Amino acid sequence: MLDTLKLDRMEELFTDVPERVRFPDLQLPAPLAEMDLAVHMRQLADRNVNAASHECFLGAGAYHHYIPATVDYVIGRGEFFTSYTPYQAEASQGMLQAMFEYQSMICQLTGMDVTNASHYDGATSLAEAVRVALNLASNKRQKVILSPAINPRYRDTVRTYLQGTESSLIGESASVRDMTSLLALLDDEVAALVIQNPNFFGQFENVAGLADAVHEAGALLIVVADPIALGRFQSPGDYGADVVVADGQALGIPLTFGGPYLGIFATRKKYVHHMPGRLVGETEDSSGRRGYVLTLAAREQHIRRARATSNICTNAGLMALAAATYLATLGETGLRQVAELCYHKSHYAADRIAKIAGLEVNPQAPNQPFFKEFSVLLPGPVEEVNRILLEEYGIIGGFDLGPDYPGLERHMLIAVTEMKTRAAIDLLVDALARATQ
Amino acid sequence: MKSRTAAGAMPERGESTLYELSAAGRGGSGLPAPDVPEAELPAELLRDEIGLPELSELDVVRHFVRLSQRNFGVDTGFYPLGSCTMKYNPRINEVCARLEGFAQAHPLQPQETVQGNLELVFNLQEWLKEIGGFTDVSLQPTAGAQGELTALLMMRAYFRDRGETGRNQVLIPDSAHGTNPASTTMAGFEVLEIPSDKNGDLDPGALAAACDDSVAGLMLTNPNTLGLFERDIDEVVRLVHGCGGLVYGDGANMNALAGVARPGDLGIDIMHFNLHKTFATPHGGGGPGSGPLGSNAKLADYLPGPSVRKEGVVDDSGIRFTLFTPQKSIGRMSSNFGSFGVFVRAYAYILQHGAEGLRANSQHAVLNANYLRVRLRDIYPLPYERSCMHEFVLEGKIEGSDVRAMDISKRLLDFGFHPPISYFPLIVPEALLIEPTETESKQTLDAFVEAMITIAKEAVDTPEQLHTAPHAMPVGRLDEVRAARKLKLRENSQPSKGEP
Repeated sequence: MLDTLKLDRMEELFTDVPERVRFPDLQLPAPLAEMDLAVHMRQLADRNVNAASHECFLGAGAYHHYIPATVDYVIGRGEFFTSYTPYQAEASQGMLQAMFEYQSMICQLTGMDVTNASHYDGATSLAEAVRVALNLASNKRQKVILSPAINPRYRDTVRTYLQGTESSLIGESASVRDMTSLLALLDDEVAALVIQNPNFFGQFENVAGLADAVHEAGALLIVVADPIALGRFQSPGDYGADVVVADGQALGIPLTFGGPYLGIFATRKKYVHHMPGRLVGETEDSSGRRGYVLTLAAREQHIRRARATSNICTNAGLMALAAATYLATLGETGLRQVAELCYHKSHYAADRIAKIAGLEVNPQAPNQPFFKEFSVLLPGPVEEVNRILLEEYGIIGGFDLGPDYPGLERHMLIAVTEMKTRAAIDLLVDALARATQ
Repeated sequence: MKSRTAAGAMPERGESTLYELSAAGRGGSGLPAPDVPEAELPAELLRDEIGLPELSELDVVRHFVRLSQRNFGVDTGFYPLGSCTMKYNPRINEVCARLEGFAQAHPLQPQETVQGNLELVFNLQEWLKEIGGFTDVSLQPTAGAQGELTALLMMRAYFRDRGETGRNQVLIPDSAHGTNPASTTMAGFEVLEIPSDKNGDLDPGALAAACDDSVAGLMLTNPNTLGLFERDIDEVVRLVHGCGGLVYGDGANMNALAGVARPGDLGIDIMHFNLHKTFATPHGGGGPGSGPLGSNAKLADYLPGPSVRKEGVVDDSGIRFTLFTPQKSIGRMSSNFGSFGVFVRAYAYILQHGAEGLRANSQHAVLNANYLRVRLRDIYPLPYERSCMHEFVLEGKIEGSDVRAMDISKRLLDFGFHPPISYFPLIVPEALLIEPTETESKQTLDAFVEAMITIAKEAVDTPEQLHTAPHAMPVGRLDEVRAARKLKLRENSQPSKGEP
């Protein structure tokens, strides 16, 4: 090949690179052969406690759910995972149709009309949803009400995303359990009100009259949802949401120390031209055969550049494929079962924990129904209890609410999914009883 | 029963949708009955039937396998998609990423329980610092575009702290990726486009004219999107720094430079890497990606958090690697640490190649691109007659024919090749941006050249063959206008509640 180029050495190809920086001596570890690499990686992996080695009751936005064997088989097909964004439609019908099916099923789950082909995770979906609301108000409304009962890491992400705008986030200091005080913040400067339902504490919000109040004030209602809960419980579409976002990790994506996850974004048809992200639409080929293409690209950065609805390019395509496979495998019946198992098991756990002397379940709002997570007031610091659970019982304990919520010190948020057997829950109950005596 | 072609079992009439394959009650969930007493469900919160499809497991598997057969990947054929670095994704990395200690660890676990993961993050940060020539790296951005946005928000915070709030312009070459101007707008800056000169370099004269105290910085892709190394890089950096601005590097084209030159040494203040390009993590049909940011000392304090650092001594609980967020951090850009599963693959890739291997990869990527450039330049117009880096642009035009880049691209599919990026960069008419990567053999490159030669002949002899291509794909050329006009974005379209 060098002959074809009439060169003697490959180095001659780099004469445009300033000589003073050319070919640095990089200090990197010596290369490992594949079999040595495999050993090294396993040793590194084995130095992590994980949901397979321990009983995990940690949730707070990432959940240990069962993943049917079909999911990894499908996303492990090289035709899918080594493909690029499906710009060349004729060579990408597989991914495009799978995305179309993903969009279809997420629309049904959320009660929305249109779903895009994904964002990076739930937090970035929410940040983009807030941007849509602000853009729709064309800078006439610059306030966004965030319920304090939204995942604190989501709120942090929204705050970062909006640093380049004039907008302000309000409501986060409102009483955590009080929807009325959030609604009282509505005025003609508010572009959107955002809630999470079930909220960060696992409890269902009282949404009666919520959408009407928000819409009367001329704002949008954005809801952060739990896709598993949507298998059995009201969809945000049912109670009038305008945009629904969620993290789709629960739909067949392993915990993976926090990512890659799946940002779900769904909205009403009337907002489709303001949506960020890729959209797959159905069409026909020259002989009338059904096919799929990326559509409404004029919203996107590669066409609209500085005036695009978002800068998003690479998203979470393979994770959306995982979610589509998950939903197709479980079907409506299976998803409902998962949701009910989470409900039953978490309630069994909560009932038993409530009977432990000195512990209180959902002390802030004891009568508010919950889905798969609940908070427990402990007599001592959460961190200490968790250390005992881990060291003496092999349990990854719940999330410490104190650092994010002043006033909720000693509150542990416990997640119970379908993965927890009765024996595991009983172990947790015994461990909590002993660790708090 | 539909008839199917034998080879690849590609259904002639397309693959049915999940909905068409569904029958109520057929769902195969395999879930156990509850082993705890059933709690009463709150009736007022339950929803009606959803209408999700129900299939047997076999039908699900067959459906997605058939769909996969209707999809082109690096694993199925040559994928010379410029600016995307579609190189081979080693299988060992997939095995590693699925190890339970990585795949089953919860992001909110106590630090002492995830020391292996934190060490991996720390080492990857260190290695990217070394490869890029930066003082600090944050792995948090989840894609290249998010890395851009993150960096622009950092620049904004940097100038605010210095009281230079009048710097509201970001200079972007006319050859830049669309994400650059889109990220700029999102970060609240204005875009000022800088033209390229006739040699494909950023025009230093035009840049000099634009540099003043309203400039926050320049976004520079180097090698640029024409695949050319910016020969005036030293002058470009000097001009931007001279007016008080910062230089952002779009690291999309790092596959030409890993081990060849460190962007930090060239004066780039901050740059995103694309782990899914340079470091061989799979593109996944549109993600997940990962866009770590490397920065020099000017901006390091503003990087997003959390990142990982190594403590000098191991404490009683065995903690050596800890999470930290820089002092003036702009905050977090996503829920957790970024695309950790992607980090595992990139980490394994770097470890398998080492410094010499990374450099050899870049050299071979550049060699392969130049080989194709030289072999194709007499057949298709080559707008920039000079040595290229890892990719190059041709014009998809043939003298004596009316075929366009689009026709050539679609016809390549019939030869079993994925087309190059077409109509980008915008400054070259009928652009075909070709990036072969280092993982392709000479045989593959030669076969591609032969196909391009054949297509050039067809363009003159049988142009219709190209206008109507592709012919050997599961579908013919698709009607994009129809898709946008008769919008159908989901199966079972029903107006949602509250929608007229």
